Amino acid sequence: MSTAPRLTALDALHRSLGATMTDFAGWDMPLRYASERDEHNAVRTKAGLFDLSHMGEITVTGPAAVDLLNFALVGNIGTVSVGRARYTMICAEDGGILDDLIVYRLAETEYMVVANAGNAQIVLDALTARAEGFDAEVRDDHDAYALLAVQGPESPAILASVTDADLDGLKYYAGLPGTVAGVPALIARTGYTGEDGFELFVAPGHAEQLWRALTEAGASRGLIPCGLSCRDTLRLEAGMPLYGHELTTGLTPFDAGLGRVVKFEKEGDFVGRKALEAAAERAESAPPRKLVGLVAEGRRVPRAGFPVVAGGQVVGEVTSGAPSPTLGKPIAMAYVDAAHATPGTEGVAVDIRGSHEPYEVVALPFYKRRK
Amino acid sequence: MSNPQQLRYSKEHEWLSAVEDGVATIGITEYAANALGDVVYAQLPEVGDTVTAGETCGELESTKSVSDLYSPVTGEITAANQDVVDDPSLVNSAPFEGGWLFKVRVAEEPKDLLSADEYTEFSGN
Repeated sequence: MSTAPRLTALDALHRSLGATMTDFAGWDMPLRYASERDEHNAVRTKAGLFDLSHMGEITVTGPAAVDLLNFALVGNIGTVSVGRARYTMICAEDGGILDDLIVYRLAETEYMVVANAGNAQIVLDALTARAEGFDAEVRDDHDAYALLAVQGPESPAILASVTDADLDGLKYYAGLPGTVAGVPALIARTGYTGEDGFELFVAPGHAEQLWRALTEAGASRGLIPCGLSCRDTLRLEAGMPLYGHELTTGLTPFDAGLGRVVKFEKEGDFVGRKALEAAAERAESAPPRKLVGLVAEGRRVPRAGFPVVAGGQVVGEVTSGAPSPTLGKPIAMAYVDAAHATPGTEGVAVDIRGSHEPYEVVALPFYKRRK
Repeated sequence: MSNPQQLRYSKEHEWLSAVEDGVATIGITEYAANALGDVVYAQLPEVGDTVTAGETCGELESTKSVSDLYSPVTGEITAANQDVVDDPSLVNSAPFEGGWLFKVRVAEEPKDLLSADEYTEFSGN
């Protein structure tokens, strides 16, 4: 396997903008362009432009595409109508989460599965293996797409200025084909920031033209380029799980507090059903650790893997932590024993390099936009 | 980015002012501040602490990581910059000025401190 990092179609542009680059799942990606705090605040108050071309796109087509997806994933893909999208997961036979996904239904018998960069090959391999016996084709379309995201309250106005597509008619978690700045695009109203926004899937050869047009259209509305660093603090404030942190192969969706994505009522068997039924029962009788929010009273920042303590005992573990630009305090997501998971529980602390720093237990998310 | 000529530098990316009345001011370079990203928390040594050249004496926490803070010289702390404790972003906005970190009464300094030109070559910036 080559160890050279993979580059997106926008690589040269990022470098010309002075981006600090970082390795992310084998991809050389922009971490930040200037201040990650400024980028975070731009998305919360105006707009930010992201290159997310490292995400993995897999096209599933054919008469039995929906049957394959219903068998391979835990969600009920049969209820997704054309032009809509669904958040779902793919699990192993033992119920462990292989990845969390967004599935777009592009046409009657055509779906696009978007996987996390680090899991794209795992998802592709699993879908390919699970497709056996189904009249459906699984195609790796990673190289067919660049993915740009415009996120933030100004994003509808910015996008509207460069497209004729009916954005008002485009609901959250929906996608439609259109033309943006003269470039054919799948326009999806999805995102990972807690703000209104759009994700634009285009041919890699069109990515730079689209980036420049959006930059120009957004300049007067405060749009700036944004890197992965602020994407992480944005999603953390919005309480959105990140694979490898809140979600792992060692957890079922029920352990992650996301049992609602598992649809036992759908027709037919699906991979992991048996193990997930057991996990659901277990979750009822003996509640697993619960994913909660923690807000610091002090200023030291909890990081993934730090122990959560109460009364001298370890009662949980931090999965993600960062200073929250919106709250002005360090925040974290953590799995915590049920006895300490109720918002307002007294005496909870995070062990930060040996010092027990007091934290308030809160319900997720930390931040919710006004609609 | 330019590294002020009148300062000297360590390979751990601290700068050290000229010693006046036995006391030197210490901070981290602009290169180091940029590499850290937005600094959000600074734990500085306290007045009266003894610090040793090349050993940790505090920490700087940024959005993505925490880094140990080293002292480029041996001596006793005579001041810590409370402005940075209150507003750690000063380390990013003015690393060579208002974002200084602490002052040391120098007892001993290592022989391998770098000039501005040497540091520029060493850090590539």
